[in-house]
Parts: sequence; structure tokens; C-alpha cells
Amino acid sequence: MCLGIPGKIVAISDSEQLLGIVDVGGIQRAVDLSCVAQGSESLESLIDRWVLVHVGFAMSVIDEAEAQATLAVLTELGQVQEELAAMQEGES
Amino acid sequence: MKYVDEYRDPAQAAKLIKEITRLADKLAEQRGRAVYVMEVCGGHTHSIFRYGIENMLPPSVELIHGPGCPVCVLPIGRVDDCVAIAEHENAIMTTFGDAMRVPGSKRSLLQAKSLGADVRMVYSPLDTLKIARSNPDKEVVFFGLGFETTMPSTALTVLKAEAAGIGNFSLFCNHITIIPTIKAVLDSEGFQVDGFLGPGHVSMVIGTRPYDFIAEHYRRPVVIAGFEPLDILQSLWMVLKQLDAQDARIENQYSRVVPEDGNPAALQAINRVFELRPFFEWRGLGSIDHSGVQLTARYASYDAERKFAVPAVAIAEPKSCQCGEVLKGVIKPWQCKVYGKACTPQTPMGALMVSSEGACAAYYQYGGGPRQIVNEQIVDDQPVGEQPIGEQAA
Ligand code: SF4
Repeated sequence: MCLGIPGKIVAISDSEQLLGIVDVGGIQRAVDLSCVAQGSESLESLIDRWVLVHVGFAMSVIDEAEAQATLAVLTELGQVQEELAAMQEGES
Repeated sequence: MKYVDEYRDPAQAAKLIKEITRLADKLAEQRGRAVYVMEVCGGHTHSIFRYGIENMLPPSVELIHGPGCPVCVLPIGRVDDCVAIAEHENAIMTTFGDAMRVPGSKRSLLQAKSLGADVRMVYSPLDTLKIARSNPDKEVVFFGLGFETTMPSTALTVLKAEAAGIGNFSLFCNHITIIPTIKAVLDSEGFQVDGFLGPGHVSMVIGTRPYDFIAEHYRRPVVIAGFEPLDILQSLWMVLKQLDAQDARIENQYSRVVPEDGNPAALQAINRVFELRPFFEWRGLGSIDHSGVQLTARYASYDAERKFAVPAVAIAEPKSCQCGEVLKGVIKPWQCKVYGKACTPQTPMGALMVSSEGACAAYYQYGGGPRQIVNEQIVDDQPVGEQPIGEQAA
């Protein structure tokens, strides 16, 4: 919950609601982009960028090196599986 | 993985440990005791145990595991209130996985669910809005908790509910805020901590300035740290260097994620939706002034505490439970009488055993496990860098 997980924005799904599709470890999920939209030129410019996702909200744009390093830590902490399971199990 | 190597370089780790040892030995001798450094964030606690960082450190420096696991500090009374709301026949309660297992005085949310309450695990608070839409005749309550890292997501969810005109959604708000908490810890009697490793992701939201008072008023150094083992070692070294120079500043080791001003959109959402509570009760730490937030009057119609009558009774923690002492660093987890016996991750008595970010669960999980041994070889022509890790290769 607190560590979040890195994912890559692959599409903008609802520009009015500031929602995008983020790929996290092969799982694609709608993620809120409100917190990273400010300060970027356009929502579309966020496509292909890496973000740190906390409970369904992209909180920070990060570079790929940071994303890989964070994924490595999370994998070793056993948190990647937990996050992915939560993403899939979470009722919607 | 080419990227990870620079965060894992054993030679760099060995150099840092050598420097840490040199400085800590010197400082400990001046003080006549070990140097105490508190990591505030539960994510750091988990990382420290996972990588066996304590075992790499000399006895002259001790890490104190702070109160930064929001699940761990949730008091029994709040869990009971939450269970009471969930057991309302008209309610659907949603929350994160960890929060479902925190013991209340009678039962956890998970146990309430097995007895028939409609409790659902969600990944995101936004999922709660979907559930509210598809269950218009129910009141759907999100059990929100966490520090500033998750606070924006809850705030934005409330704003979205308002924008979409969703009336059957409400929030049982247990969000807590980091600054008053650190202040309370600093003010607590007998508290001896020489410096802090600052939380990485809370700071990503609030920025670095809110910590200024710790340096200015309390004269303690703070280094905001990343979660890689080298991040933690480098940050610890930076704290010790400040102490050695009799300096007290806020430094940002994790600048690759933490901007000085935080995240403006997140802060805006928080400020629109939440206001400070006069006080909030913490498990193990008692009541801390202004440490929790609640919905402002404007968003009162989304406040589950106003929609439902909650018992709101303060429940004393079981006598055998020593979570408070562990949280304040007075005892180590294994010194708690019930640790590993009556209290295990499968049968948690205290919340520190519930989340993997809790000190007790982390000790339990990694306590008997293999420790990483640091490679002792030192590469002499490569000095320990001041630059934040992750930027030096660029
Ligand atoms: S062992 Fe259990 S009861 Fe004791 S401090 Fe840890 S979590 Fe609390």
C-alpha cells in the first residue's frame, strides 16, 4: 500500500476523468492520472512514461531505471505478487 | 538487469559501511552510547529487515523502527467502529487487504466478513465508487487509512464522488499525518534519537519543507531516503556525517522521486477535502494532537462517522501486548512477552504483527532467515559518492 508499484502508461482511456491504462507487470489497469497530469504538457505526452502507482493513482513520473530498481526491491520484499493479486482480486 | 546493479554494488556497500562504522564509533564514543537513528517509514523497516541491514551495522549505531506503518498504529476502538459499520445490514464496507486483518476487541473485518458482513477487498478507493454505482440501495463505505501517501487517492475519490453525484458513498476516515506524529515522538519523554531517515513516498506528496522544524527547532538531521539497500546505507551515512559536523539539515537522498515542493495536485486535493482533527488516537502511542484528518464541513455528507452511529469507545490494549514500547523503540519486538508465541502473523495480537511493514512481522518473517553478507572487499579508487544513487551513471 505504501510502497506503490511502478507501471508504464500505455494509453489514455478517459481524458475528462484523467484516467489512463497502466501496465504493471503485464496486468493492465485503469489508473487515475490527476497527480501527474499537472506539470505535463498534455495527457497524451504521458504515454510510454513510467509512473509510481499507489492504490490506483499515479503519484510520480519516474525514469525507467528507477522503475526497474523499484520493481527489484518490491520483488525481493515479496510485494509485487501481493500488489498484482490485489489488483486482480479487487472487486470492481 | 543493468539498472539494478548500481543500487546493489557490493563494493559501494562495503565502503559505506566502513564510513558508517568510522563515524558511528566516533560519535558513540563522544556520547557514551550508541547513535540512534529512527526510520519513520514502514517501507524502510521492511527493507531493512529483508536485506539484513541491521546485521551489517556496527554496534555503535542502532536503528529505531518508527511508527510509520499506518495499519500498525490503528487503535482497537477504530477497528471496532469499522466492524460496527460493516455489520450494519445496509452497508458494504470496502478496504485494502492488510486492513481487513487488524484485530479489534472482538473481531477483525475479516472475521466479521466470515460471519456475514459485506466486506470487500479493493485495490483502489476508486473501486468503491463502482461498487456504489452498482449497489444503489446500499451505503458503500470505504475504510480509508494511511499517511499522506494514500491520502490524495482518498481525497480524489471523494471529489470524484461529488462530481459524479454519487450519494451512497462515504468514507470512514483513518488517515493520519506524518508531521505531528514525528513531533509527538520527539516530544515523548525519554526519547533519544539523534537523527531520522525520512519517509520516501510521504515526502513525494508533501515535499521536503515540512520537515524543516526538525532541523531548526529540534536540531536533528533528517535525510529523506529511498528503499534500495544502498539508498538506506547512503542516507544513514549522510545522517552520521551531519551529526559529526554538528549540523542539522534536511537532505534529500531520494531526489529522483521526491520533489522539494511535493506534488501540488495531490496537496490541493488533500487541502480541499480534509482538515485536521483536534486529536487522533494511536495504537501504542496514545492520543496525538492534530495527527489525524477528517472531512471538512463541505464534504460532511460523505462522512461515515456522521452517517452511522459508531460506538467510538476507546478500548485498552491487552496487557500482554507491548506494541507501544516497540513503536517507541524502548524494546525490540522479540522482547515482547507474546512475540512468536501467542502473537504471530497468523494469529496477530498486536497490529505490528499484521502488516509486513510492522516491525514484529518483519522480525518474525526474516528473523531466522539467511542474512545477506556484505562483500568486504574495498575498491579504493572509488570514493563514496555524494551524488544521489541513480544519478551517477547518467
Ligand atoms: S509481538 Fe505482538 S503484541 Fe507484542 S509488540 Fe509485537 S505485535 Fe504487539
